Amino acid sequence: MRLVVHQLRFEFKRFWRDPQSVFFTVALPIVFLVIFAGIFGNDTLESRGDLKVSTYYVPGIVALGVMSAGFVGLAISIVEQRERGILKRLRSTPLPPRAYIAGRAGTAAALSLLVTAALVLVGRLAYGVRVPGAALPGLLVTLVLGTACFASLGFALSGVIRSANAAPAVTNGITLPLQMISGIFFPIDQLPAGLLGIAKVFPVYHLAQGLLDGFDPAGPAGGFGWGHLAVLAAWTVAGLALASRTFRWEPRTS
Amino acid sequence: MTGAVISVHGLRKAYGGSEAVRGIDLEVRAGEIFAFLGPNGAGKTTTVEILEGYRKRSAGEVRVLGVDPERATRDWRARIGVVLQTVEQDELLTVRETLEEYAGYYPAPRGVDRTLGDIGLADQGDQRVGSLSGGQQRRLDVGLALIGDPELLFLDEPTTGFDPSARRGAWALVGGLRDLGKTVFLTTHYMDEAQALADRVAVIAHGEIVATGTPAQLGGRGEAPSLIRFTPPPGAALPPGVEIEDGRAVLRTPEPVPALHALTAWALEDGHALRDLEVARPTLEDIYLQLTEGR
Repeated sequence: MRLVVHQLRFEFKRFWRDPQSVFFTVALPIVFLVIFAGIFGNDTLESRGDLKVSTYYVPGIVALGVMSAGFVGLAISIVEQRERGILKRLRSTPLPPRAYIAGRAGTAAALSLLVTAALVLVGRLAYGVRVPGAALPGLLVTLVLGTACFASLGFALSGVIRSANAAPAVTNGITLPLQMISGIFFPIDQLPAGLLGIAKVFPVYHLAQGLLDGFDPAGPAGGFGWGHLAVLAAWTVAGLALASRTFRWEPRTS
Repeated sequence: MTGAVISVHGLRKAYGGSEAVRGIDLEVRAGEIFAFLGPNGAGKTTTVEILEGYRKRSAGEVRVLGVDPERATRDWRARIGVVLQTVEQDELLTVRETLEEYAGYYPAPRGVDRTLGDIGLADQGDQRVGSLSGGQQRRLDVGLALIGDPELLFLDEPTTGFDPSARRGAWALVGGLRDLGKTVFLTTHYMDEAQALADRVAVIAHGEIVATGTPAQLGGRGEAPSLIRFTPPPGAALPPGVEIEDGRAVLRTPEPVPALHALTAWALEDGHALRDLEVARPTLEDIYLQLTEGR
């Protein structure tokens, strides 16, 4: 535990000193929220009982933030550390692998929470979007499970990316199209059924919709979208199983 | 402190169909600097990575600090320090922070300030790692290997790519490790590095150990014959024992004084000038090339 905290401390130092990771992980989701809520915010969403679209965008962009911190950022930085030989070097120290992994996943979780808090605050101040108090338990569980899901997939993906140069392209190449068809940028009412059908296979859609269940005043009791949680849990298990097979300490290129 | 820190018997490692290491024996004693010398591709890094616990061997017995590295525990990892051939530390942390991060992994680390002094980076502690020169980054690598206060350090080609003055600096640093009571296992393809640093040297070529000994005695250098060389006088019949190699007259002899006496007598009598006359013992470089080539 002491080692995990130690690891978190230095991971955070690294994170805040890297302008690129701060911009893409923290600033960009806020910029997206302002842009999309600014353009479409006053529309209403028929499928959610005429819910205001600005309310729709807060959980959607939160899902995007969780993916940036937990999946894209995590996978890119693991690949970079691996290809530089830092992971191999760490492997020769007494640091247990599970402490390293817990430290990385903990960093991703802390950043996800931070980005979520920032987005909720901006939503509240700029667009009057309220978090229904009764839905807090469900929202937190969805958020934690979503972070675990994307972090495990981030670990799994890092193992198959061959070089540090390829990492941003591969991760964004996976997340951007999925975000497009999963209702992150365009409300799901405007998406064709075929694309939505594809989106429903993947966890992006279910994290966004699961969080929306919490934000929707007419959402399920306690904010628990059980169907979405089940899909996220399945992907988490798959991610962990894949990660235990693909994760590697030594550089692929050398 | 007596006995072997590292002992290796019949170590073999095959990758696919080819054998990188073909049955080597090694013994490294406590407190010595042991150089593992050989050309690129001879099997040095494969061997050292087996000793460090990174790779599994195909056959043979290996004990490092009394433990089989394939069954490495956290306690064992705390007793070794590793400098890999290539590693780039995170350039965003400072030198001090990087040492602090690694210190946190060990049960009884050395002091960060003391270590900064030992690696000659006392004035660079608050600089970002990214602003260090190549030689300074290598010193930091050594510092990170040292920070856990290990008994044994592995240095894999610590000065490859250095300019001569950075190499001298690195040698002083490695020599200092001996004074700290550490055992050092060093791989290198530089002859002069082994000569300058090592108490004992093993030469590896094509996966086999071809010589072991102190730098002074390596490959029978202590007993090797002296070489007397000169430019042969045109048209002259040479005295017995003198041969022509690459256009030079060469005489190999264990007793250079009487041989020279006889040679100069011959030259004076017949009126030959012994142009470019030289007397030499084989250098370590000669021995090394002899040992590692043509196998």
